[in-house]
Amino acid sequence: MKQITLVMGVIGADVHAVGNKILNFVFTDAGFKVVNLGVMVTQKEFVEAAIESAADAIIVSSLYGQGEIDCKGLRDKCDEAGLKGIKLYAGGNLVIGKVDFEEVEERYKKMGFDRVYPPGSDPQISVVHLKEDFGVE
Amino acid sequence: MINSMQGAACETNAPKARNVLLCDIGSTYTKLTAVDIEKGKIIGFSKSYTTIEDDVTIGYNKALELLKDQTGEIHFAKKLCASSAAGGLKIISSGLVPDLTAKASRLASASAGGKVIKTYSYELTEDDAKNIESENPDIILLSGGIDGGNKEVLLHNATMVSKISGNFHVIVAGNKSAKDDVAKILSQNVVFTENVMPEFGVLNIEPVKEVIRKLFIENIVSAKGLDSIQKIMDMEIIPTPLAVLEACEILGKNIGEIMAYDLGGATTDVYSIADGSPKTIDCFMNGLQEPYAKRTVEGDLGMRYSMEALLEQTETENLIRGYQLNEPDYHKWIRICREYKGTLPTGDFEKYHTIDEAIASEAIKISTNRHVGTKKKVMTLAGEAFLQEGKDLTGIKYIIGSGGAIINARNPQKILQKAIYTPSDAELLKPLKPTLLLDESNCMCAMGLLSRIEPNLAVQLMKENFKEI
Repeated sequence: MKQITLVMGVIGADVHAVGNKILNFVFTDAGFKVVNLGVMVTQKEFVEAAIESAADAIIVSSLYGQGEIDCKGLRDKCDEAGLKGIKLYAGGNLVIGKVDFEEVEERYKKMGFDRVYPPGSDPQISVVHLKEDFGVE
Repeated sequence: MINSMQGAACETNAPKARNVLLCDIGSTYTKLTAVDIEKGKIIGFSKSYTTIEDDVTIGYNKALELLKDQTGEIHFAKKLCASSAAGGLKIISSGLVPDLTAKASRLASASAGGKVIKTYSYELTEDDAKNIESENPDIILLSGGIDGGNKEVLLHNATMVSKISGNFHVIVAGNKSAKDDVAKILSQNVVFTENVMPEFGVLNIEPVKEVIRKLFIENIVSAKGLDSIQKIMDMEIIPTPLAVLEACEILGKNIGEIMAYDLGGATTDVYSIADGSPKTIDCFMNGLQEPYAKRTVEGDLGMRYSMEALLEQTETENLIRGYQLNEPDYHKWIRICREYKGTLPTGDFEKYHTIDEAIASEAIKISTNRHVGTKKKVMTLAGEAFLQEGKDLTGIKYIIGSGGAIINARNPQKILQKAIYTPSDAELLKPLKPTLLLDESNCMCAMGLLSRIEPNLAVQLMKENFKEI
């Protein structure tokens, strides 16, 4: 069976490295090929890494509240770069202030993300979703 | 050490076997340098026109006679040679994303001593293929995709290259998963090697360098008419820029981080021997970690053959005002140089030397700005942080200038100063307080060759021969 390739990193001027390391561990352990870009990753880096690695999904983390600005236009850039239909996942502290997660999810889905996760999500849930989305065991 | 021991073994058989001959076959001149290893001295230097069209040994023998006028009858324990004749080692490099595999393939080609004519990214078009064919390269380097990543571009580009006719070799250093399919498309004169970027962000240029080295020795030397000279030499002929890079590396190891420039008629070569990684903990690396010994070749920055391309990148007004040039003189000189590429600002043309210095200064400025990295300020919740791309060369200790346009200039320091940081350079990581050195005797290539057998002596001679300006 084809190995699923994930490009992941913490977007924008965000230096939160712990969650990134945990996700890297969990996804690798679950059998995915992980291209981890670490912290302070720009949209351009996500897109270019996805092109070179022929990635199946881009996993964007953000903890510092500015994620909404950072993530805007990522789907368009993917489309422009020929990555049409690539799955986009986002998770973390994604917006400023106390906003219901349903609303956050809606905003991110409008921006072209396929799945959105609130702060403190169990990474295993994302693993289940990824396997479901790509039909792998 | 092994090499120098071999050298010692040879010397016991010959009476005057303490001498080494270092030969640099350039496109115009064949230059010879004789070194007495025991005394640790350069004992002679000569040059004669390169005669590669007929027989390269004619020019070599002429230069050798001239050398003997200085040294008397002489025996050499070892003869070493570098060449940039017959167009140098012309390489076309290619990859997928410009800042990733395309950049990796360009860095690999340049650090192997290639004259990188152009670097292509994404899919090659029919026009690209035509342009490549007309450049008549020695090597086409195909890369693209990390291992297990994108295959399409490599396959497409292999197909395009299979339609190009010419006497060239293809090196495939891309996604290894595409190898079998590429092998079906390209069957002749193709060498497969490790990916220039096997994992994301990991530069792997040594295997490509090794393949280029082998191709140069086994095929290209003879294709360029260097067979007869190879027979006279005791070691493999290497590309001249590789010899210069090796000279820089050995010198850098001894005196600290350095940069070097070779400004010629067609290209500007820039070398940096420096770690270049972020210097503070609040600075994060973006993109590729570049090699410790980095060489870039700027084919659009040169004193004559690529003068037009250089001038297109500068505002004539600013050039004239910035360097306080006489405008009618400027236009006249440009016209003369355009017509007669061999013109030098000497004799009757003496008064034009300031214009050539201005052009040289621009070449140094632009080539430096392309070679060094950048550092941008970003605000994070944890305070101010920086994003660095490319090499941080702010701590460079020495800058060495070589090549006719610099060493023959009246004010070489003015030209080389363009490599130093000024406030208008903003985010560029250029050297802050380097000492400027001049390779007056143009000995870098010879010293690179010498470093292969007598590294310590090569360093000593460079230290002695480079003049502080």
